[in-house]
Amino acid sequence: MRASIRKVEETRASRAKEEFPRLSLKERQELLHRFHPDYREGGRRELRVGVNKGQRVPNELADLFEGLSLIRPQEIDLNRIHREVDVLVIGGGGGGATAALFASESGARTLLTTKLRFGDSNTIMAEGGIQAAVGPYDSPALHYLDTIGGGGFENLPNLVQALVEDAPLILEWLARLGVMFDRKEDGDLLASFAGGQCRRRVHSAADYTGMEIMRVMKDEVYSRGIEVMEFCPAVELLLDEKGRCGGAIFLNLDTNERWIVRSKTTILATGGIGRLHIQGFPTTNHYGATADGLVMANRAGAKMIFMDAIQFHPTGTAYPEQLIGLLVSEAFRGWSAQLVNCEGRRFINELETRDVTSSATIREVVERKKGVSTPTGMQGVWLDTPLVELNKGKGTIHRVFPHLFHRFHTFGIDITKEPVLVYPTQHYQNGGLLIDENGETTVPNLFAAGEVSGGVHGRNRLGGNSLLDIFVFGRRAGILAAERSKGTKVGRLTLNHIIEYERELEREGILKKGIRSPILIPDYRYGKALPQIHQ
Amino acid sequence: MEIKERRLIPIYIFGKRYEVPEGLTIQKAMEYSGYQFIRSCGCRGGVCGACLTEYRTPKDYRIKMVLACQSLVEPEMQITQSPFIPMRRAQYELEKLKAQPDILGRIYPEIYRCLQCNTCSRVCPMEIPVMEYIACAIRGEIEKVATLSFPCVMCGACVLKCPAEISQPNVALLARRIYGRHILPLSHRLSQRIEEIKQGKYEWVLGRLVQLSTSELMELYTRREQEPQESGHWIPKEINFPENLLREDQ
Ligand SMILES: Cc1cc2nc3c(=O)[nH]c(=O)nc-3n(C[C@H](O)[C@H](O)[C@H](O)COP(=O)(O)OP(=O)(O)OC[C@H]3O[C@@H](n4cnc5c(N)ncnc54)[C@H](O)[C@@H]3O)c2cc1C
Ligand code: SF4
Ligand code: SF4
Ligand code: FES
Repeated sequence: MRASIRKVEETRASRAKEEFPRLSLKERQELLHRFHPDYREGGRRELRVGVNKGQRVPNELADLFEGLSLIRPQEIDLNRIHREVDVLVIGGGGGGATAALFASESGARTLLTTKLRFGDSNTIMAEGGIQAAVGPYDSPALHYLDTIGGGGFENLPNLVQALVEDAPLILEWLARLGVMFDRKEDGDLLASFAGGQCRRRVHSAADYTGMEIMRVMKDEVYSRGIEVMEFCPAVELLLDEKGRCGGAIFLNLDTNERWIVRSKTTILATGGIGRLHIQGFPTTNHYGATADGLVMANRAGAKMIFMDAIQFHPTGTAYPEQLIGLLVSEAFRGWSAQLVNCEGRRFINELETRDVTSSATIREVVERKKGVSTPTGMQGVWLDTPLVELNKGKGTIHRVFPHLFHRFHTFGIDITKEPVLVYPTQHYQNGGLLIDENGETTVPNLFAAGEVSGGVHGRNRLGGNSLLDIFVFGRRAGILAAERSKGTKVGRLTLNHIIEYERELEREGILKKGIRSPILIPDYRYGKALPQIHQ
Repeated sequence: MEIKERRLIPIYIFGKRYEVPEGLTIQKAMEYSGYQFIRSCGCRGGVCGACLTEYRTPKDYRIKMVLACQSLVEPEMQITQSPFIPMRRAQYELEKLKAQPDILGRIYPEIYRCLQCNTCSRVCPMEIPVMEYIACAIRGEIEKVATLSFPCVMCGACVLKCPAEISQPNVALLARRIYGRHILPLSHRLSQRIEEIKQGKYEWVLGRLVQLSTSELMELYTRREQEPQESGHWIPKEINFPENLLREDQ
């Protein structure tokens, strides 16, 4: 590694200002097809039962869909209601908190439930920032084009329109809640680049954007007196006899008790699936990102879209081994850090979209054999972080990336002086539950917001668009769910959808009795605690 | 070296002995020993503060407080965890607060009890000068509290140790929110953009964009002008892109 670092240092000055050409749309497609993990043979399979029959999803997710429910419907007394509310929000990340805030503001009795601590989420981990077209030469229309191009032109247009149109409003809402967004010297908002953007449009709070936003939202939820139920994951959704969602069953993780919550409307905001480790990849995601929402909603009959498209972030940490898989913010590349191979040469324009950049990295390592090996046998390429100091001035890394500086410093690496070794890591589910522009799924009275939903990002999300998405659709879902709850009377609750779904699996001969899902908590015990390397 | 070939070292989790490969974080070492976390685990990346852990080694009389996901195991360490720390959180409506110097002290009067023992700063796993920000809070320097406390992951280590029973992270959170809301200026440009959207300035162009075919979108996408890295005085050639083109086509 040392020798290779020296090569990176030798080439640094000569490539510092070099413009690396961008790929044409055709070249991008070719690269994706050859190297993106989504296209790997045998990684995905078709679902054979349920409302999403025929869709292809990663094997790891299909396994959960074909497993047994955590509850035995016959054993549950649906008349023993633990809590009764207007709007039930499932998931205590940014999407859930936003939905709860707006539902409650719209006058609904709201309950926010979550699996782990309130705020344990992917939201809290967001580093780079949130998109909104604010700049003088930027516009929602350019934001629209960037988003839809990044998504492979398959994004659902009505959702993208909602996203870009609400963006400035959301940014101001957050600022009014007291989020300390970064400013320029003149006091106006600072914006930086992410991949696939034609204008700088990402608004940050250093590299702690998600943490800053999440702690503010949590405080606001408590300020408003909204009830929060922690360490109580939902395990199944409840339907009424008309097939509308009427609440959920929860598991109290401390006591193992099952609690039934009946609600007029329900908002699912359970986040992503990183902890399924698709194709064995490490992940950037938090501990609770185990696809629970998808598993429950699929059984309840909610349609999905693009669930075969997984985002691998090009700059996951490859060294030191304690940090494998953890994210190194895209903002580094936004601030001019370059990706270089073992010889210190660039191989891609760093501001290509994530799917393309990851594919290029995989090509560099696997096909061109220009990767760098670590002592544990992992391979990666360099993210030349010292270049940021060279291009943008000494002290920039301390100012813009205090968290990442601290994290690497803890393990003896000074990223202002040394490059960081990176390799793609599983980061985001591009698809999810199909929603309309108000966040409603195909199951009446069931809404979805945030990473669990899909469509708005097409097959590949842009950096900074997910934080935006969770607030835009969390808000819209919260408002409509509250409004809808006013005229709604929940019918008799049932779990027949679970019984029928399992019967169907059995008929097809694919019921996996050894798997119970949703899995709720990942299992890293014993040898599984050690980093696994699959390349 | 493969981890599996590494030297095993003894650690004590809640007093029970386990042997784990050296080089693991405390979090992974506990998992290696057979723990499946419900509490004390969240982001696994040093930002959520769920994994506050205390330990002591035989050679040192001190108890250290760390984040389990960010610290390595040491031989013979005795480990315990604090997944939940009761903190005092005052009720307030941010919108109605004013950025007056005594505001933090009025809402959290216990800050005046600070003994300046500096224990909080010594235990903070994020190396935040906690005592200093409490001193700033007492002096009414809201901006300084906000910036000094910014990396706080709200783990509660300082709360657990404070002889004056102050809930430092909540004081800091309030300061940051007041700073963000009432001291930092709201962006004029942002308000202007929101106004434009409300008045329907982009309605037409977005209405057209949602109707375009993939090939039409691809063409526009390819024609976008890229703002350069150093964009100090940069002005795009076509200011009104893509609206100008779409209007021509009409
Ligand atoms: C390391 C990292 C960095 C990122 N950086 C950025 C960035 O800079 N910009 C950007 O736009 N996006 C970023 N993203 C993506 C973005 O942060 C997330 O996609 C987004 O925050 C998801 O929000 P959410 O509310 O949908 O889900 P989450 O924030 O993940 O919240 C989901 C919540 O649901 C809970 N939950 C899960 N299952 C259950 C259950 N069964 N019952 C009850 N509750 C449950 C979880 O515990 C969690 O609290 C990043 C993601 C990661 C992981
Ligand atoms: S200030 Fe207190 S709560 Fe915040 S990180 Fe430091 S010890 Fe933890
Ligand atoms: S631990 Fe408490 S009393 Fe001691 S310096 Fe910190 S805030 Fe003051
Ligand atoms: S698990 Fe979040 S800080 Fe350690």
